Amino acid sequence: MTRTLVFRLVALLASGPVAAEAGAVAITLPPDQGALKAGPGMEVAQKACQMCHSVDYITMQPRGGEAQWRGVVNKMIKVFGAPIGDEDARVIVEYLSREYGAGR
Amino acid sequence: MSDRLSRRDFLAGAGAAGVALLLSPPRASAGAGDPILAGRPLVRYPEKTDLILLTSRPPQLETPMKYFDRAITPNEAFFVRYHVFPIPTRVDLDEWRLRIGGHVDRPLELSMADLRTKFSPASITAACQCAGNSRGRFSPRVLGGQWGDGAMGNAEWVGARLREVLQAAGLRPGAVDVTFNGLDAPAFPTVPDFVKSLAVAQVMDWPEVLIAYQMNGQPLPMLNGFPARLVVPGWYSTYWVKNLSEITVTDQPFEKFWMKPAYRIPDTPCGCVEPGTAPARTVPISRMRTRSVIASPESGSRVPVGAPATLAGIAFDGGYGIQAVEISDDGGQTWHATTLGRDLGRYSFREWSARWAPARRGPQTVMVRALNGIGESQGLVPLWNPAGYLRNVVERVDLEVG
Repeated sequence: MTRTLVFRLVALLASGPVAAEAGAVAITLPPDQGALKAGPGMEVAQKACQMCHSVDYITMQPRGGEAQWRGVVNKMIKVFGAPIGDEDARVIVEYLSREYGAGR
Repeated sequence: MSDRLSRRDFLAGAGAAGVALLLSPPRASAGAGDPILAGRPLVRYPEKTDLILLTSRPPQLETPMKYFDRAITPNEAFFVRYHVFPIPTRVDLDEWRLRIGGHVDRPLELSMADLRTKFSPASITAACQCAGNSRGRFSPRVLGGQWGDGAMGNAEWVGARLREVLQAAGLRPGAVDVTFNGLDAPAFPTVPDFVKSLAVAQVMDWPEVLIAYQMNGQPLPMLNGFPARLVVPGWYSTYWVKNLSEITVTDQPFEKFWMKPAYRIPDTPCGCVEPGTAPARTVPISRMRTRSVIASPESGSRVPVGAPATLAGIAFDGGYGIQAVEISDDGGQTWHATTLGRDLGRYSFREWSARWAPARRGPQTVMVRALNGIGESQGLVPLWNPAGYLRNVVERVDLEVG
């Protein structure tokens, strides 16, 4: 595959300026290096959230109380269909409210 | 061109050496003195220079302020914003097709060669700005991508006119909306795919809307929408669907998730409500508000007393063109004209510059505001809405004189 790709890129290069009309291009994303704060419930939260997005989606948010984080977790379940059970949802809300709560 | 290809080649095909490069730790963090940017790493993604990391899956990367001292944002510095993951990381143009279907007479499957040769290439220089640019600066704070001010860029786009492509497909009577879908597709079927729409009546009367395959003279970077993206000049970039693959004409209003309830603003003249309150009614976000920034000197810089400093930045609006940019060093009581750079069209960033000779030592604040072609400007008090859109308050830099 690599060889094919390189061949195509060379062929493309030879075809003249800005003539991206054929061949394949590919990129490799750098690894996700985001991390959640350690604490009870962190692993449950990490596993659930990373099904769809990196945890920097969480860590960048304004700090907020339980109402904020319950709202966020409910949105993920009800709007985006995240398969998170009631008990895990409770653990995640508790974890986020504690580690990313108002005043933290 | 060769640089771009060799980089792609390297990133796509290189073995251990490439992996080692990708795993190297972030070199630095952005904006130490900025509460929103502080601590965010600068990262280098494929075909990109060092940008400020907002999120990595899906990738969202912010352009550092230093790039806004010029009208054209380099492709490698252009911001990145995706909504769902996974995103496309490999596109084979031998296989890629742009499909135009739905409520049309002749569904089309266009190759890149078709797109380039069957339609006259059109060119436009247009600013592309995320609806939530500067959301991190809202007060009270709002949830969502906590952008600083770098979710924007300006490029010369070349592509086929959407109108001509739709005419080739033949709109059937009763066509209402046109929807745009890209190659990004959520891992979970319950997550709404990112699909946006524009009204048929509007796009057929709007020749500047392009299906762009060229950005600043080059193919688009993958993360900016290779091989083609929609360009909707003057409108927030939520409509500029990337890695475009599917255009569908509907005979009913399209109101899926990313049109409703997402990306909506209060249905009030300012698109704003009393801070902390909810709007009674909302409408889809559309045209950009007038904005301007000071890119140089950066906030926190030291400038000499007595000697004139050069201030520089850009201004833009939603398509009426920038008429004037002014600066103030007395908190907005008096404003002074600046010199505008070359006019690259009414949808483009417009460079501005000014000589400023501070008369006294100590901390001083310089503010900037722009005026567009229909008299819209910027306020000293930020507008607020619950989703954190449309921010266009007068910007300022804090300088140390002496």
